[in-house]
Amino acid sequence: MATIQTETAKPARASLLYDPKIRGYAYQIGLLAVVGFLLYSAADNAITNLRAQKIASGFGFWDNAAGFDINQKLIPFSASGSTYGQAFLVGLLNTLLVASIGIVLSTFLGFFIGVSRLSSNWVLSKLAMIYVEVIRNLPLLLQLFFWYNAVLKPLPDARNSIALPGSIFLNNRGLIMPNPIFAPAFQYVVIAFFIAVVLAIGFYTWSKRQQERTGRQFPNGTITLALLIGLPLLAYFASGRPLTFDLPQQGRFNLTGGMQVYPEFVALLIGLTTYTAGFIAEVVRAGILAVSRGQTEAANALGLRAGPTLKLVVIPQAMRVIIPPLTSNYLNLTKNSSLAVAIGYPDLVQVFTGTVLNQTGQAVEVVAITMAVYLTISLVTSFFMNIYNKRMALVER
Amino acid sequence: MTDATTENAPYAFVRREALEQQPAPASVAGPWAWIRANLFSGPINTLMTLVCVYIVVTTVPELVRFYLLDAVWTGAGRDACLADKIGRPVGACWAYVLDRYQYFTYGSYPVSQRWRVNIVFAMFAIGIVWLLWERAPQKKIGAFFFFVLLPIAAYVLLLGGANAEAFLRTLIIITIVLMALFLVLSFAPGLAEFWIGPAFLAVERSLPPWKRFQGQKMLILLALVVFGVMAMLAQSAGLPRVDTGLWGGIMVTLLIAAVGIVFSLPLGVVLALGRRSRLPIIQLLSVIFIEFVRGVPLITVLFMANTMLPLFVPQEYSPDRLLRPLVGVALFAAAYMAEVIRGGLQAIPKGQYEGAMSLGLGYWQMMRLIILPQALRIVIPGIVNTFIGLFKDTTLVAIVGIFDFLRTIEATLVDPTWATPTTRATGYAFAAIFYFLCCWGMSRYSISVEQRLAAGQKR
Repeated sequence: MATIQTETAKPARASLLYDPKIRGYAYQIGLLAVVGFLLYSAADNAITNLRAQKIASGFGFWDNAAGFDINQKLIPFSASGSTYGQAFLVGLLNTLLVASIGIVLSTFLGFFIGVSRLSSNWVLSKLAMIYVEVIRNLPLLLQLFFWYNAVLKPLPDARNSIALPGSIFLNNRGLIMPNPIFAPAFQYVVIAFFIAVVLAIGFYTWSKRQQERTGRQFPNGTITLALLIGLPLLAYFASGRPLTFDLPQQGRFNLTGGMQVYPEFVALLIGLTTYTAGFIAEVVRAGILAVSRGQTEAANALGLRAGPTLKLVVIPQAMRVIIPPLTSNYLNLTKNSSLAVAIGYPDLVQVFTGTVLNQTGQAVEVVAITMAVYLTISLVTSFFMNIYNKRMALVER
Repeated sequence: MTDATTENAPYAFVRREALEQQPAPASVAGPWAWIRANLFSGPINTLMTLVCVYIVVTTVPELVRFYLLDAVWTGAGRDACLADKIGRPVGACWAYVLDRYQYFTYGSYPVSQRWRVNIVFAMFAIGIVWLLWERAPQKKIGAFFFFVLLPIAAYVLLLGGANAEAFLRTLIIITIVLMALFLVLSFAPGLAEFWIGPAFLAVERSLPPWKRFQGQKMLILLALVVFGVMAMLAQSAGLPRVDTGLWGGIMVTLLIAAVGIVFSLPLGVVLALGRRSRLPIIQLLSVIFIEFVRGVPLITVLFMANTMLPLFVPQEYSPDRLLRPLVGVALFAAAYMAEVIRGGLQAIPKGQYEGAMSLGLGYWQMMRLIILPQALRIVIPGIVNTFIGLFKDTTLVAIVGIFDFLRTIEATLVDPTWATPTTRATGYAFAAIFYFLCCWGMSRYSISVEQRLAAGQKR
């Protein structure tokens, strides 16, 4: 009896060379080796070069005396008594200051221009278009030079300051404004403000619930505004007006007193705001166009007027499209604030990568710290924006 | 009593012919109605219109007066542009721009050697037109010209010197050897068996000898012509070394932009492929590089290139001062390019990958022949947008001491020869016109490409 050979032929084992798994490992090990070698040789060369140039390494310089002054500072800083670490903090705070104000202002300006471009008003939409095209197609550095060198520098000197209403003076040293002086009793005003915020939120929640139950609407906006302004104002007068202003005085040669806003800051703020607003305007326009016309028509068919249609139907849907690119524009603004170095605004890059680097020569540490700061800002911002984005995103099955 | 029918009732009136069409009332049609509907439809709209008109009326005539009517067009020094010297109000001092345009174009590049820059400019223009003009023939050769020959020619011609000439001689020898190799292969295609797939080889075999490997031979021939012309120029006129410290102006701006474009595109493709790779280490390294570079400002990258790059290489190989920001800009642009290209790769349907794999193509064949051509086509607008950003960002190299176009303008502003109250406004206007034309042109081009690509999807 013949036995049937059922043994199936094993596939011939392919050469290891053609095994995708093995190949993958080989590629990765090779790449790791190359990167490792590059890093190692870079570090090795850096050590040799630094030793040859007699430059110290490590972060010991952090506590050394700085020996230079910074004109705009949010924390106390002086040439004689402050360290490089404090200089770093001053620069970081200045960066955060200009970036945060710039983000708020450019959002408002950008939304206004973006909506204007879609306006049925021909003149308005054409002007908005020209603004966007011009701003977006010119380098930011040129715009900063323009604001700083061509607009703010030629202003008259301190003796011939331009007096604006409200004891504000404008000259080539910047904007001199009344300096608010807070008496200790001002804390009551602050407390009153926070109470107003809590009350406003409470009222909003209550009125929303009422509306859902009974359909009755409340003038939310007016009441919130009244709370937020009225309560602190009440506290202000009740505690005996604890806020006075140090007004700038026009002397013979100079202005004395007041709070000085430096022209570098003003130029950087104007430049960053107008530049980023041009980009935000396009983001907003794209977002609104992404909401189909049917949505507006359906809202009209339901009897909603133009205001509620925009507020309740179009904008919530447009926000989904707007938020991700808006985030990256906020990050760009923060990163672009580093152009401050070109016009001498003491931001992180100007103070730390400029002056401190030149004084200590410790390029590796200084540049690494600066980059780490911007990376952290980027990652933290995108983290929070992602959370917000997730809340706004369409919930699908 | 008769019936009061229409026939016999004398007072009845029946219209027997159609009325002449009446024009629509003035309140719903015509220019006045349009103006009312679009400009003055409500109080807010009216206010907006008035504000806009006020802005236009106050700025536009002022700009025209300053930059055209009151402008000074000729003159040799600051006296030509001073109001009290020529006795009339003075606007923009265009005489200054006309006087200094050579400096704005070439920087301090020696006058006797500027023809070299002009040749590179001309080659750049040819390459741009070749690649961007939709109906230009032989796009592949054009790409080779722009991405390979132009950088080599720019290096040899702009820098010059003994090293560059030796480099050129080596290149000529290599191209001649390659030419000979392909001539041999044309007559004996069997020799190429170990390197070209059998299917491709069969195609080549079916052709007469002089038509085999035509693509490669054309590229080599073009390279040989370009190198030969350069060598002849070097022979006859000489190419003395011009130090990069003397370079400046539009030349440097275009150089940085071109280097950024030429290197960021392939690097971006590699990084994008790496980020989508299934090999974890390759993916991780790509993600780290991309996210790191995108998370920091360009200035810090430039500072890093400027101060740290010389530390990372042995002292004797310390990179040139112009080379450092070039490396920084190229790496920076590559990270942004990678994200754009990744978007294109993600937009390719999975079926394309599966189809390519089912045909038995390997990873690189699949990417090169199926995926990348489609993916890159989709993201052309994004790529051009990155180029626009890159072009604007080239101004930042001024901060690390390179004399780009903007910096040359700044430099002439402190020069007493042309120190007048209106020089600065003129210089900035000139820079603005230059940058605007370049960036706006690029964005127009990308829009036209977008429309052409969308033509197939239109219903």
